Amino acid sequence: MIDFSILFSHGDMYLEGFGNTLKASLLALVGSLILGTIFAIFRISPIRPLNWIGAAYVEFVRNIPLILVVFLFFVGLPAIGIRLNPFVAGTMGLTVYTAAFIAETIRAGIQAVPRGQTEAARSSGLTYLQTMRYVILPQAIKVVIPPMGNQFINLVKNSSVLGVIAGLDLMYFGDLVAADTFVTFDVYIFVGLFYLILTLPLSAFVGYLERRLANGR
Amino acid sequence: MDFIGAYTPGHLTFLLEGFWITLQVAFLSIVFSFAIAIIVGVLRYAHIPVVSRVLAILVELIRNLPLLLIIFFTYFALPEIGIKLDKFYAAILALVIFEAAMLSEIVRSGLTSVEKGQIEAARSSGLNYVQTLWHIILPQALRRMVPPIVSQFISLLKDTSLAVVIALPELMNHAQIINGRNVNFVIPTFLLVAVMYFVVNYALSVIAKRLENKPA
Repeated sequence: MIDFSILFSHGDMYLEGFGNTLKASLLALVGSLILGTIFAIFRISPIRPLNWIGAAYVEFVRNIPLILVVFLFFVGLPAIGIRLNPFVAGTMGLTVYTAAFIAETIRAGIQAVPRGQTEAARSSGLTYLQTMRYVILPQAIKVVIPPMGNQFINLVKNSSVLGVIAGLDLMYFGDLVAADTFVTFDVYIFVGLFYLILTLPLSAFVGYLERRLANGR
Repeated sequence: MDFIGAYTPGHLTFLLEGFWITLQVAFLSIVFSFAIAIIVGVLRYAHIPVVSRVLAILVELIRNLPLLLIIFFTYFALPEIGIKLDKFYAAILALVIFEAAMLSEIVRSGLTSVEKGQIEAARSSGLNYVQTLWHIILPQALRRMVPPIVSQFISLLKDTSLAVVIALPELMNHAQIINGRNVNFVIPTFLLVAVMYFVVNYALSVIAKRLENKPA
């Protein structure tokens, strides 16, 4: 049977890990929303070189493994003299990786807004940036929210790679508890439960949003 | 940074050997997980009272767990209950569990996307439920599933790199071994590894896009 006493004897470690997982996920979410929006705007901007930069970033990052991106920050940067602590390196890796997916989601949302909206806004004298800010983005956001929720669920799950670089997250503390108690099986079950506390409500919420959007709100 | 030292023929072959393991693991995992996903997807689609419910819960649980945890589980926790697998099979088992859950969702939504009229027409022409599923619904659904399955294969190929935590000798692991020899190899090696993953995955994503645009 599963030994629940581990939760009491090592509860503080689980909680610290859980808190850091949440922190890394939220920080990376904010960071990747900002970075992702910038690259999405690059991709649809009328300036050619910006298009190329946006497309290159999205296509390159989306097609390489997350752990490679995290290792670039954690092992690659020290090789050129920039040393980051594991939590920071991991969160930066997550941000850079997730931003590529978010950029793609936002671009799809923006392109779902009919062209006529842009034309109308531009002919009423708004600049390109004003059109984006006041006309296109507010409409795009509605379409973009459910897939964005999925990206956040992925982000929470992906944050477990911090465990590989001693990033003090739930996965890392889970490994410590396992090494301490020698009951790997139960320890990992509890780690899983802690992840589910975050991801299951999120995925139920995303499901609800998707259904609402499908029913024409 | 030492590009010349990092890109010796010995290192390049070593990386390619790692990539070969990566591809093997990814290929075997997709084959097994697709087979399981078809069964799970069809069972869920068929609305069999208890079975569909239980499968739905299992799929939802697995989809919401980090793959890394599942890899740790199959390699470190299963031996505790007497199931000892070597790295290669522990990695494949973990990937199959995770991907089967992901793919079963694709299979299920592929099946649901087939119009109801098709089922009604088939049933009224005298086919039974299983025949309808096998000859009418599955073939149409499978065609629609191809693009999302290719994208899922891309994630799978990337995810095999997580097996670096159990020291499976795949591409990431071999890159880390080379990096351990000299700090100046780190960035050149990672760049090359990134390019290797990119080339294969980008090619796959172009194929996926092509298939998506082709009317089924």
